[in-house]
Amino acid sequence: MLLQKEMLARQFRELSTAKENGKKVVYTFVPGNLSELIHAFGMLPVYPEINALQSGMRKKSGGFIRDAEKAGHSEDVCTYVKCDIGMLLNGNIGPTGDKLPEPDLLLLSYTGCFTFMKWFENLERLYPGVPVAMLHTPYQENGRITQEMTNYMVEQIKTELIPKMEKVSGVKFDETRLAEILGHAAKAEDLIVRIFNTTRNKPSPIDAYFAGVYYIGPINAGFRGTPDAVAYYQALHEEIMLRVEKGLGPITPEGEMEEEKFRLVVEGPPNWTSFRNFWKLFYDMGAVVVASSYTKVGGVYDDGFRHDPAKPLESLANYCMNCYTNLNLPQRIDLLAKYITDFRADGFLVNSIKSCNSFSAGQLLMMRQLEERLGVPVGFIESDLVDPRYFSYSNIKNRLDSFFQMLSQRKAIRGQMAEMPA
Amino acid sequence: MKKYYLGIDLGSTTSKAVIIDEKDQIIGRGITNTRSNYEVAAELAKQAAIFNARFHLLQRRLSGIMEHQPAYRRYLEDLKNVFQFLQFRERMEQLGRQFRATLPAVAANSSQLRQMEPLLNQVIAAILDETKKEYQDHSLGGQSQFFRDIVAERYNARVAELPKQYFEPLMLLFDKSINPVENEIIHFNFIALVEEAMRMINDRYASLGDQGREDRSLNFDAELNLLMGNYQKVSDSLGAHIEAVASEAFHIANMVGTGYGRALLPFPEDCIKSEILCHAFGAHAVFPKTRTVLDIGGQDTKAIQVDQYGLVTSFHMNDRCAAGCGRYLGYIADELSISLNELGPLALEAQKEVNICSTCTVFAGAELRELLNVGEKREDILAGLHRAIVMRAMSLLARSGGVRNEFTFTGGVARNQAVLRYVSDLVRQNYGQNITINVHTDSIFMGALGGAMFARRSAQGLSSEQRDKITASEVH
Repeated sequence: MLLQKEMLARQFRELSTAKENGKKVVYTFVPGNLSELIHAFGMLPVYPEINALQSGMRKKSGGFIRDAEKAGHSEDVCTYVKCDIGMLLNGNIGPTGDKLPEPDLLLLSYTGCFTFMKWFENLERLYPGVPVAMLHTPYQENGRITQEMTNYMVEQIKTELIPKMEKVSGVKFDETRLAEILGHAAKAEDLIVRIFNTTRNKPSPIDAYFAGVYYIGPINAGFRGTPDAVAYYQALHEEIMLRVEKGLGPITPEGEMEEEKFRLVVEGPPNWTSFRNFWKLFYDMGAVVVASSYTKVGGVYDDGFRHDPAKPLESLANYCMNCYTNLNLPQRIDLLAKYITDFRADGFLVNSIKSCNSFSAGQLLMMRQLEERLGVPVGFIESDLVDPRYFSYSNIKNRLDSFFQMLSQRKAIRGQMAEMPA
Repeated sequence: MKKYYLGIDLGSTTSKAVIIDEKDQIIGRGITNTRSNYEVAAELAKQAAIFNARFHLLQRRLSGIMEHQPAYRRYLEDLKNVFQFLQFRERMEQLGRQFRATLPAVAANSSQLRQMEPLLNQVIAAILDETKKEYQDHSLGGQSQFFRDIVAERYNARVAELPKQYFEPLMLLFDKSINPVENEIIHFNFIALVEEAMRMINDRYASLGDQGREDRSLNFDAELNLLMGNYQKVSDSLGAHIEAVASEAFHIANMVGTGYGRALLPFPEDCIKSEILCHAFGAHAVFPKTRTVLDIGGQDTKAIQVDQYGLVTSFHMNDRCAAGCGRYLGYIADELSISLNELGPLALEAQKEVNICSTCTVFAGAELRELLNVGEKREDILAGLHRAIVMRAMSLLARSGGVRNEFTFTGGVARNQAVLRYVSDLVRQNYGQNITINVHTDSIFMGALGGAMFARRSAQGLSSEQRDKITASEVH
């Protein structure tokens, strides 16, 4: 945790002095991010949605969203977008209090989320003259990535993106340098898979959702491809393995969870504006999340995908197309079903986000199919990413109370049946 | 000693209590309006359920006699009503004291105060007279039986008849006085109330006997006629039975609280259960083949799927908006200045359904007025409103996984015949004509019943019969 804080503080300091130090800045998004390529040109990435979620956790998003609405953005627009725009309108002061540098390049490498395109159109207007690179990322309509899809993406990276990056950075593209960075990325990816697999243990040593969002911080927010990230994930993995050896449960903001009562798989992003309260609703009940789709938002590595130094551009292309929300619904269902089975979950819960179509579309169908296929008890709650107006504590608590009581009832019955003679 | 179990469902509009015996049979039910003090609401519902249970036991003891002698049945009905009236009177007297204590604060000056005092006394006396008659004649019928509603309606009517200058201060007086009175617990003595009720009934029959020769309308009431010559005998023979049921100790072995106000109930933590589980369990107990439950309550609608044991497998609730719930109907009734119970029957008289676009309770009020302005008929608009409510419930059902056979409809709104008709039509249209639709007269008590059943189970662990049931169905 300390290591991570230090890394992030250093990153934002570096960003605040980027202009003085002649560093170029690229604005891009977490899903399908090409951070390795950005680093290969010696540029610095900025992720507007991470700033938005940080603003949400720091209770600043409400004001930013209202300012964006005053500037004409509708109530129904994605609240990450409005929070980001509100932040820009208020002087672009980042989450750590340092001013964020203006972009030198706007890079959109994942177009599965339609809102991202609209977001960048707005950024383009707010930063007139800044070059924009937009890759068209094909959706996994048929549940797989074909060679043609990969070729199509590689072609765009070669002809659309790399020339623009060379021009902005003044650095010539160096494939050997990129391959070296990708080597570090693959190591971090190996480690994070091992970390999230530790939840197979009972009790689970970590919470793969509420704590998981902290664990994915470095890999999603610009450190993938750096030796720092590898060191961080090594340290984290060792720490978690110690917990496994000692048979300890996860750490919560109020200390160690003493008794693991429910194991859950959660679909959808968390709410950020009441993150602590939201988490408390779970750990107070002894509920631990053993897997979540949200922690795969910056890359699905469970299926064996790794950035590959031997095929640098192809692996970047495949990475973009393999982010969670670019999977079709049957693929997402399969992935969640595997989590529920492999991690021995007692229940499946959807947190449906009012303003996120990428995640929310299809969630009810996914829930129904998982219920039918696995007979797993399911639950559904609704909140929002960073709009505090859409987090109703009592509504969510009421539903979660029922959900947990439903799970205990099931467990009691199963326990009784286990005790009975065959 | 017999053991009983109590379930209390503290809803947003009404609080319900159910007492069951060791065979899960309902022996007492009580209901009151939910008020700011939840503890009082729960206590009153419980008290009403215990009184109801005593009458239930009395009725059980008398069932043999009543079969052959209808006069007993009539006497018992009268007794229950007058018993209710005596509780009403007690609370009314309390309200009168509160009125008098508050009056100086609302009167403009001392001369107005002097003028208002006798007027107020007249109003109270008139309300008592009127309600006494209504209780005796069983004519409260479909109206709300809650103290607050009964008094408010009659008080408003009387005050409106007084000279205008008293209207504002007397309305303010009511608003200031009703809450403290409503939030106070009155402990009634069952046997004392019953004895007084019997005296009142006997006096009434005695005077009816004198009057009956002149008033020919009374001759048409056969049971009453039987009683007029016979009441003393009936009354005397009831004495021993009443004493027996009054002395029955209701040992509540365990209780469970549920409903949206459950967290505020003065119950230990493990006696608080989610209303989703309670409604499902209650509905399943009454209709054991239930697989889908729709509950429409005061401010939330729940679609619940249950398995063959009555255990919840998934559920869906309305979020952020109470359109389509009981409160919506209450709001519409207020807009039309009619009582909640009149809405359904009016809607059933419609010749057509006016399309209601609004999904918002408040906007629906505006839409209602607009439609009245353009000349649409009240009943046609109401039909459209009822349909709109049910459409929202249908969407919730779809989100929860649809309707599986059998389908049980619970909650206070299930009493509304128009809602019931639309629910039945739309469920069958969307999920097949062969879907069995269950509605019970106790639909509003399902949550409390489920709570009481949970109380019994957690007190005893799962019963052996349930264990058998589980093993039996698992084998196949």
